[in-house]
Amino acid sequence: MSEILVVVEATGEFGVKKVTLEMLTLARQLGTPAAVVLGGPGAADALSPKLGEYGAAKVYAAEGEEIDGYLVAPKATVLADLVKRVRPGAVLLASSQEGKEIAARLAVKLDNGILTDVTDLAADGTATQVVFAGSTIVKSKVTRGLPLVTVRPNSLSPTPAPASQEVEQLTVTVSDTDKLARVVQRVAEQKGSRPELTEASVVVSGGRGVGNADNFKLVEELADLLGGAVGASRAAVDSGFYPHQFQVGQTGKTVSPQLYIALGISGAIQHRAGMQTSKTIVTVNKDAEAPIFELADFGVVGDLFKVVPQAVEEIRKRT
Amino acid sequence: MNIVVLVKQVPDSGADRSLRSDDNTVDRGSTDNVINEMDEYAIEEALKIKEAHGGEVTILTMGPDRASESVRKALSMGPDKAVHVVDDALHGSCAVATSKVLAAALGQLGADLIICGAESTDGRVQVIPHMIAERLGVAALTGARKLTVDGSTLTVERQTEEGYEVVTASTPAVVSVWDTINEPRYPSFKGIMAAKKKPVQTLALADLGIAAAEVGFDGATSTVLEHAKRPPRSAGVKVTDEGDGGVKLVEFLATEKFV
Repeated sequence: MSEILVVVEATGEFGVKKVTLEMLTLARQLGTPAAVVLGGPGAADALSPKLGEYGAAKVYAAEGEEIDGYLVAPKATVLADLVKRVRPGAVLLASSQEGKEIAARLAVKLDNGILTDVTDLAADGTATQVVFAGSTIVKSKVTRGLPLVTVRPNSLSPTPAPASQEVEQLTVTVSDTDKLARVVQRVAEQKGSRPELTEASVVVSGGRGVGNADNFKLVEELADLLGGAVGASRAAVDSGFYPHQFQVGQTGKTVSPQLYIALGISGAIQHRAGMQTSKTIVTVNKDAEAPIFELADFGVVGDLFKVVPQAVEEIRKRT
Repeated sequence: MNIVVLVKQVPDSGADRSLRSDDNTVDRGSTDNVINEMDEYAIEEALKIKEAHGGEVTILTMGPDRASESVRKALSMGPDKAVHVVDDALHGSCAVATSKVLAAALGQLGADLIICGAESTDGRVQVIPHMIAERLGVAALTGARKLTVDGSTLTVERQTEEGYEVVTASTPAVVSVWDTINEPRYPSFKGIMAAKKKPVQTLALADLGIAAAEVGFDGATSTVLEHAKRPPRSAGVKVTDEGDGGVKLVEFLATEKFV
C-alpha cells in the first residue's frame, strides 16, 4: 500500500489538532498513513506519540528556525522534496489558512491539481466538497498529479489505531526565496480552555440580538457548560461585541460541529454560509419570522435573556 | 509605488448560487455578478498607500467580457487604470492555471506591491496569493488585518488561531487582506464619471505568451465530476417561549444526548 502523507497541524504548545487525527483516520482508508511534522525544534518528539496512536506508521520531521521562522514557503519546499522522493498515494493537509497556503505552493511546485475544503476522499481519488455556503455538494478529482487535498475540520470522527512508529528527520534545504516573509513576532492571545472554533463539537454563537459585549458572557456561559466554543455573527463582530477571529460566516470561519446554537442571530446568508452543515442546529430568537428557524432542528421564539439563563440553570440541575 | 490590485467578479454571495449543468463551472448567468467583497478592501488599502506614499494603482482582473462591469466599478473607487485578461480559452481554468495567467500579467506590469482579497466568496479556496508569489519568486504576506509600508519594507499583522503574528518582507510582494483591515470608500459621483474615461487594457492569452492548451478545460489540473444541491434542511420543532422555553431547549438537547 502506498504512503499517504498527512501534514500535521499542531498548536503552539505542540498539541496535535483534532483535524490531524481526522486526516490520519481518513488516510488509513487510502493506504499507510505517514505524518509530516513541519515545525519548531522539538515538534516531532512532542507530537509523535499521539500521531502513532492514530495510525501514523512513520513520522517525517523537519524542524527548526528555518522552517518555523517564515511564512509557509519553507514548509512547501520541504514537502515538495519529500513528495518527489517517496511518491505518496495522496497528500492531505488541513483546510486551514496555513494548510491551504502550503498546498497552494506545493501545487505550483509540482504542477499538480489541488482540491480544498474536502469532506471525504475515496480510494480512487474522488473527493467530496461542499460549496456555495453549504448548498451544493461536489464530487471532484485531481487530474494532474497525485490527490492533493485540504480536509475540512469535523468532516469525520477520528478513531485510534495504534501503529508502531519510526521517525525520520528530513534534511532541510530551503532557499533564500523561501525566506522572504519573516515572522518577527508571535503573540498568543488569551483564549482560556475553550476548544478551537473550527474543531469544536459544540459551538454557541451570539448575534446582534445579544445587544452588547458584556452580554456575551451569557453566550460564553452556555458554551462552557456544553464544552463548546464561542462564535459570533458578522453583525455582532461589526458592532464590536466580540473579536473578529470568532466570526462565523461567509467572511469568517466555517464550522461544522455536532451541535450549533445560534442566539439572537437572524440567519442571514452571510451567517448561514459558515454554519449550515452543522449536524444539529438550535436557535433562540425573538423574531418568529427570522430565517434561522428554517434550518433549526429546534427553535425557541422568545427573549434569549430569559430562555438562555433558564436553560443554563436546567443544564446545571441535570449534571 | 506601483501597486496592482487583483479583482475577481463573482456571483452575488447573497443570491442562490449554483454550478452549470452543462460544464460544471460556476453559473454566472443566473445571478447578479459583483466585485468579490474582499477585493474592495484590497482596493481601499491600495488607495490609502498611494495617498500616503504616491504611486499608481492598477486593477488586474481575469474573467469573461462581462467582468468589465466590475472593472469599471473598481475604477470608480479611485484606481488609475485597469488590465483585463479576457480570452474564451480561459473558461474552465483551475486555480493552478489561473495563477499562471495572473503571474504572467503581473510580470508584464512590474508591480512593487500586489494586493488582493484573502479569498473570493465563490470558491473560498484562498490559494491564489501564494500560487502567484511562488511563480513570481516574491514574498506573500497573507491574511493581513493591518499593513504598514515603510520605504520598501512591508509589515503585516495577521490573525492566527492562537492570537496574531507580525510578518515582514521587502517589496516586491503579494499581500492579501481580510475585511478587518479598513472600511472601503463608496465611489463618489465624480469617481463614477471619471472611471468611464480611465484606460482599460485588454490582454489575450497570446499577449501573455500562454498557449490555450495550458488553461481552460484542456489545461485544468482538476475536474468536477458531478454536483448536486444539498437537500435543504427542513425546519424542525419551533416553540414559543411561555416561561419554559429554556427547559424545553434543554429537554431537546437531552434527547439528542448533548446534555
